Amino acid sequence: MTPSWSRFAAPATFYPLAGRLIPVFWVLAAAFIILGLYWGFFETPDQLGGSNAQKDYYRIIFIHVGSAWMSMWLYAVMVGWAAVGLVFKTRLSFMMANAIAPTGAIFTFLALWTGAIWGRPSWGTYWDWDPRLTSELILFFLYIGYIALHSAIDDSRRADRAASLLAIVGLVMVPVIFWSINCPDPNQCAALHQRSGLGRVDGNILFAMLTMTLGLWMYSFATTLMRLRGIILTREAQTAWVQDLVQVEVRPS
Amino acid sequence: MNTLLEFLSQGGFAGYVWGAYGMTLALLVIETLSLRRQRRATLARLARLARLRDTGDQR
Amino acid sequence: MLKVFWSVLHRDLLLALRRRTDVLTTLFFFVIVVSLFPLGVGTGQAVLRVLGPGVVWVAALLASMLALERLFAADYEDGTLEQLLLTDQPLVLLTLAKITAHWLLTGLPLVLIAPLVGMQYHLSDAAIGVMMLALLLGTPVLSLIGAIGAALTLGLRGGGILLALLILPLYIPVLVYGAGAVTVGAVALGEARPYLTLLAAFLVAALALAPFASAAALRISIE
Repeated sequence: MTPSWSRFAAPATFYPLAGRLIPVFWVLAAAFIILGLYWGFFETPDQLGGSNAQKDYYRIIFIHVGSAWMSMWLYAVMVGWAAVGLVFKTRLSFMMANAIAPTGAIFTFLALWTGAIWGRPSWGTYWDWDPRLTSELILFFLYIGYIALHSAIDDSRRADRAASLLAIVGLVMVPVIFWSINCPDPNQCAALHQRSGLGRVDGNILFAMLTMTLGLWMYSFATTLMRLRGIILTREAQTAWVQDLVQVEVRPS
Repeated sequence: MNTLLEFLSQGGFAGYVWGAYGMTLALLVIETLSLRRQRRATLARLARLARLRDTGDQR
Repeated sequence: MLKVFWSVLHRDLLLALRRRTDVLTTLFFFVIVVSLFPLGVGTGQAVLRVLGPGVVWVAALLASMLALERLFAADYEDGTLEQLLLTDQPLVLLTLAKITAHWLLTGLPLVLIAPLVGMQYHLSDAAIGVMMLALLLGTPVLSLIGAIGAALTLGLRGGGILLALLILPLYIPVLVYGAGAVTVGAVALGEARPYLTLLAAFLVAALALAPFASAAALRISIE
């Protein structure tokens, strides 16, 4: 007797489920983001830090940190689905990984963009080869590599499996790459970048940061599921259920 | 009105703050709209294919 | 099993040496790239000494990557690769043999030509020594990791550029510590030891893991 959840491994069953979930995630995303933005702009002090405090521009932190965390989290989730696909050979898992990649890439770009803009007033320069931002840049290349490899291969089965292997190799290499950028001298690892431990951050600021991150996470669910439905429709176009669906969705005028 | 202006100027750092938030908003909106457009295009394409198939079968 | 390894290795070397130009072009590419930088950046000794390690390593990365396209391509095109897959010899072993041949033909020459480059960049003898050792440890890692990319992009249009996009980020740790070893070794020889140890660790890890990934990638690309 197959467990009930494995029913949803079939694109046909998952498609309507995803359709019902998407509005829920949009609502949650909007709620958390609005709350986070309000809190971040109106309930927080006007500057960050004690000595050498950052002025109003520190408010960029609320999207910078959220985007960065999402960019990393989404990559891990993407690799998770890729691994599931390779091990269990389920088509839907690969489709899920493909659906995540563009959203992940966008968040990585935003982390870089907001990070650079934040850098200008606070350190004096847009780009400092700071280890954390450089690592984000590499992550961006990893996402782009995944997307590029997948779109370069015509056969969808080979494309799925090749991109998945690449993503897994990427994940294995990520700690090594990040570590080598952070610690170019094995003798001593200097702590670069403003290492303000989360514990010492003002409570309101922390709350706004976490709320925004949660909001962006809900947003990712929404967009990923939307993209996934599009992928399912295209890949399963030959099946009866898709053809029925198309008749219903596109009523002849 | 005064506080609105104060808010918008973000202590003189308006360019940076709104530049960051603006790009974020722009990209997220573009992503969402493009997904919706893709969905409509896919459905239209599949419907066209279905129509072609149906008329083909009728012969 | 060892016989299989040697026979594949021997065959690849033989084929490559018959088309000697392939091997030499990689080497010349390396030398040309290395020679271009001073023309663009300036020929002051101090500047060159600082730039040298980084430039040499970047050139080594690029040269290694160019050569990777040919690792599997020729055998893929004439069907030999499929035959290799069909034998019941372990694919990992065959892959490792091909990678070894690739390194002997493209990585090892870079190690041997390092003194010439070192002279161009006014590096001290100690620095050149460290450079050779670092290249000796690092270039096999480049071949091993690069093989995964070569296997994944087998037969694709725009394969070379795509390969670069996929592989270059993965090369970064070797670049950082390889160049670091030479930079530090130029100042004080003993300081380079932790870097070289790290490179050696990378080599061991790559030897243990990369051939499996490459073999898996080959199966994905061919089946």
